[in-house]
Amino acid sequence: MNPPHPSPLTPLPRTLSVRVWRGAEAGEFRAYDVPRQASQTVLDVVTHIQRHIDPTLSYRFACRVGMCGSCAMNVNGKARWTCRTHVADVAVDGALEIAPLRNLPMVKDLVTDMAPFFDKMAQAKSSFQGSRTRADDFARVMPDSPRRKEVDAAIECIGCGVCYSACDVVTWNPAYLGPAALNRAWTLVNDVRDVANDQRLAAVAGDAGCHACHTQMSCTERCPKQISPTAGIAGLKRAIAGAVLKGRL
Amino acid sequence: MNVRAQVLLWTAQRISAAVLALCVVVHLVTMIYAVRHGLSAAEILGRTHGNHGWLAFYVTFVAAVAVHAPIGVRTIVGESFGWRGMLVDLAVIALGLVLALWGWRAAFAVFA
Repeated sequence: MNPPHPSPLTPLPRTLSVRVWRGAEAGEFRAYDVPRQASQTVLDVVTHIQRHIDPTLSYRFACRVGMCGSCAMNVNGKARWTCRTHVADVAVDGALEIAPLRNLPMVKDLVTDMAPFFDKMAQAKSSFQGSRTRADDFARVMPDSPRRKEVDAAIECIGCGVCYSACDVVTWNPAYLGPAALNRAWTLVNDVRDVANDQRLAAVAGDAGCHACHTQMSCTERCPKQISPTAGIAGLKRAIAGAVLKGRL
Repeated sequence: MNVRAQVLLWTAQRISAAVLALCVVVHLVTMIYAVRHGLSAAEILGRTHGNHGWLAFYVTFVAAVAVHAPIGVRTIVGESFGWRGMLVDLAVIALGLVLALWGWRAAFAVFA
């Protein structure tokens, strides 16, 4: 449970004790004291350390407003967008522990190599494949059709990797495609214009696909966009069962 | 193992889980009944001997265990120890056969 948000009238503690992962796989946490400020985000804290204490600290960010997803890190053990996480919501006794995302190779400090994450998106056939040409008329998809609604519920993923970092199955089974890739596949399975769904269902089935999910729902719990990859994974299991019954898989 | 076989294993485990849920409830209720009514081993055997209903029930129960447990063990050893591949698949098939043979042997022992 998050600690209570301090009242605007409550004086803030003067400093925050921050432990930040430094190095790569063989690194260690290093402690920093950061001045506490009102409305301070975790990204503000990391930026303060780099600009005023240790310029060798590496981390990623771009938009600072929750659009790009590049500033995701593990804050006090949970994957979050640091730009959208207020210190007041997550600090425990005035302390923070900031680490790179789990389940991805560490490059340096808070920077991870996202390549495995995006490679698995490709393995899950996450690219739309249509059959129409520019000479054809527009496809008409009713906004209130059941399949379009399934797409709506899952389409807002920006590929930040928070769900992938939060997923224990990825930790235990490195071949597992992970929640984001499966969620993306689910949006395409429900895209009536797509013509590659048999291949896509084959790509996301089995021990490394949706059938490896234990429905622990950490992805759904942690997704900053309130998407439920768990629901999409359940949908993929149903779609695959149908494909097996019809002899298409 | 191909993807289709993996999907069928997953499906078999879910179906066997549903069967087990029912069988475990019946088994527990039977045990509680036997204990609360003070039935001796001889009295229990007297009710199971020649009873085709109980034989069918326990044969089904054992079959569900023999399907469900090895598939689960295959996943657990893969996730816990990284043991995957044909050797593990053969080992869990052997586990399933042993569970089935032991279980059915016990079921026939209280029937015959």
